[in-house]
Amino acid sequence: MAHGRPGLTGALATAALPLGFLAVFFLWPVVAIVRLGLGPGVGAVLSSPDTWSIVGFTLGQAAAATAVAVLTGLPVAFLLARTSLWGNGFVRAAVMVPFVLPTVVVGLAFRSLFGDGGPLAIILANAFFNVAVVARTVAALWSHVDRRAEDAARSLGASRWRTFFSVTLPVLRPAISSSAAVVFLFCATSFGVVLLLGGGEYATLETEIYLRTVQLFDLTGAAALSMLQLASVVAVLVIGAILRRRSTALRLRGRADTARRPVGGEWGIVAAAWGVVVALMVPIVSLVAKSFESGLDGYRAIGGTGFRGSLQVTGWEAVLNSLRAATDATWLALVLGVLTCVALVTLGRTRARPSLIETIDTAMMLPLGVSAVTVGFGYLITLDALPGDLRTSPLLVPLAQALVVTPLVIRTLLPVLRSIDDRLRQAAATLGAAPWQVWREVDIPLAARSFLAATAFAYAVALGEFGATSFLARPESATLPVVIGRLVARPGELNNQLAYASCTLLMLVTVAIVITVDRLRVGSVGEF
Amino acid sequence: MRRRSLLLAAAMTIPLVAGCTTSTQDNAERTVVLVTHDSFSVEQSVLDKFKADTGIKIDVRKSGDAGALTAQLVLTKAAPIGDAAFGVDTTFAARALTEGVFAEYKPADADKGPQKYAVDNSGRLTAVDVGDVCVNVDLGALAGRELATPATFEDLADPRYKDLLVVEDPATSSPGLAFLMATVAHYGTKDWANYWKRLKDNGVKVVSGWEEAYTQEFSGSSGKGPRPLVVSYASSPSAEIGDDGKPRTSALLDTCFRQVEYAGVLNGAKNPDDARKVVDFLISETFQKLVPEAMYVYPVRDGVELPTAWQQASPRPEAPSTLPADDIQANRERWIEQWRTAVRA
Repeated sequence: MAHGRPGLTGALATAALPLGFLAVFFLWPVVAIVRLGLGPGVGAVLSSPDTWSIVGFTLGQAAAATAVAVLTGLPVAFLLARTSLWGNGFVRAAVMVPFVLPTVVVGLAFRSLFGDGGPLAIILANAFFNVAVVARTVAALWSHVDRRAEDAARSLGASRWRTFFSVTLPVLRPAISSSAAVVFLFCATSFGVVLLLGGGEYATLETEIYLRTVQLFDLTGAAALSMLQLASVVAVLVIGAILRRRSTALRLRGRADTARRPVGGEWGIVAAAWGVVVALMVPIVSLVAKSFESGLDGYRAIGGTGFRGSLQVTGWEAVLNSLRAATDATWLALVLGVLTCVALVTLGRTRARPSLIETIDTAMMLPLGVSAVTVGFGYLITLDALPGDLRTSPLLVPLAQALVVTPLVIRTLLPVLRSIDDRLRQAAATLGAAPWQVWREVDIPLAARSFLAATAFAYAVALGEFGATSFLARPESATLPVVIGRLVARPGELNNQLAYASCTLLMLVTVAIVITVDRLRVGSVGEF
Repeated sequence: MRRRSLLLAAAMTIPLVAGCTTSTQDNAERTVVLVTHDSFSVEQSVLDKFKADTGIKIDVRKSGDAGALTAQLVLTKAAPIGDAAFGVDTTFAARALTEGVFAEYKPADADKGPQKYAVDNSGRLTAVDVGDVCVNVDLGALAGRELATPATFEDLADPRYKDLLVVEDPATSSPGLAFLMATVAHYGTKDWANYWKRLKDNGVKVVSGWEEAYTQEFSGSSGKGPRPLVVSYASSPSAEIGDDGKPRTSALLDTCFRQVEYAGVLNGAKNPDDARKVVDFLISETFQKLVPEAMYVYPVRDGVELPTAWQQASPRPEAPSTLPADDIQANRERWIEQWRTAVRA
């Protein structure tokens, strides 16, 4: 037994790397830039009614978009986790496509679908980007949940809805609240969508921080708003952590045991899931259609550098640059994310206070909820103190991306690791397994699928990442989203065609990668 | 299975290693870090030629739009992120100058054109290019409506052109702000807001950025939107020439506002001598000839000929409006606020 309960020190040592990374590449820069702006003006900004209406709109639209993403994501999660139907592989990959699309392009597509935009368009566009977070995070847990509890409830006479609400939902709650927290943070900090679809009439904390910092150079106002943003993010994360607190250990099963052909009313959920997928496809198809508007001109131009050489790289070079940057960010995020998860799960098995675990967990999520402008400008005034002046180094791109991707890895992996019945581990330990053997024999096989889901996710997020890359990438290492952003900002039909052709290319690359990662089967889950 | 994960791990490491090797630099090399904005564009061969001629490697670092670039330069003035900077424009020049970002340097060629666009006499910023913001018209769409091409600000407020103009929000868009300033320069500080009320009554549409205005709302671009009048650049028509070789759009040269982009040597540059040579290069004949096609802007050097398509579709505005940089710096926030009251109320 002694082996099965490694000490607090070991767990904290494991957490040291991710926490150190967070301290250097997030806390330090953010604290520095906020401190620079602190001054007597902060009070005036905080007491202005305009500020509070911005806070209200920020949180309101994010909450609404999160609700839409959860409600539409759940049927898709059911489809992916509980059924073995033709087309599931396509759905699994297709829901990831919105994630990588540049916001400017999606914003333009939603503008043409919804007239001039407005709050409804903002909410739907934000949900559009994030359905995948809910669908895939929840599916990762759901596919391991033993079916027999539901079957028992049904045979005892509970209706399908009753079974769902009293048996299934409590089990899925950690994954749902996990993904909802991520979606909320993404939506609360969405920038391009709000600018484009808000038409200048709607502002969020994120857009206002950008305008104050970049256009007006009002660092005091920006600092006040950044502190508000941080405070609301922490509040949301704490609520999320409390909701996750009562997670039950489950009997996790291999996927083959849980997926089957739907029966009876389950077909209704399958239909709803496909309805969601079709809705997701509408803006995507409109983008692909645009790329063919003048035949294949856009695609022929991918080998070149744009109308009159607007770009310094060809489309193919941009694909390679994208893959390279995304690969670096992904493995970095996987290392940091897995270490954090191992530390958190190990801490959970010791007598560590739950508040310590929740603090580490919440801290790792913070980068999702803080303005890229705040972090980016923070880098400028801090990182020159490190050897090698990372401020304008291309190495900063994967580092900054990993900051955003790591929380996703944690949120995908942790619910599954936490739901593993501790008795399995105790049994293994009793049978003489050393701690690392317990991990190898129990946790790793059960979490393998979620690890792959996390990898695919991480890759897609890194592929589509625009903020850090557009600030930091050198012209010769421009990625696809950066190239698309440049092309859309130029006049000329060929540039426009090339932009949409590049979008299609980005989608294809994403689908190919997600399908490849999904197909890797790391062992199979044994019977316990 | 283990072998596969090893392969995967190996495959994942290669790009990082490759990334490292390509980013290591030979320290003996003379390098000038040129900090610039997203729109900067020059063919690699030109930089290679410059290196062969002078021994100086130009390392280009892009940092967002002109506003983001200026903000970054100001924030890092104690420990600059480069040696020279290019892309601070009329709108942000005063901020960079009052904050002391740039060191004094006047290139020998400054009097061959750039001096005409100088922001002040301090000789810290050298004009490199001019990008005028003007109303663009879709000639075919206006002909289809049997309307004459408008010419002046007054025409835009004329009921004949009701619901035809789309502009960008000056709070979020650089051409939007330039057009606001064009109206301030034309109507004066007292009357410009009234002009905007008239534009509003005449159905002007406001969107937040150039992308929506030009590629989606404007009928003369590939987006084929509903509105034939849009705030864009004097250079835009050169990119919209039809298959018959005739321009499909045209800029209204009496509605233009002059935006000048400047370069300079950064205070505290590690390599100031070579940085000066890079500023020289930016106003050299070689580079000036390239700016129209690479960045959609007009050269500032005398005697540099425009490309044929430009001569035909995008002639240089003769007398665009201008405002002193200090005025812009002092009033920008207030103007945007007044604009909001006039247009959004």
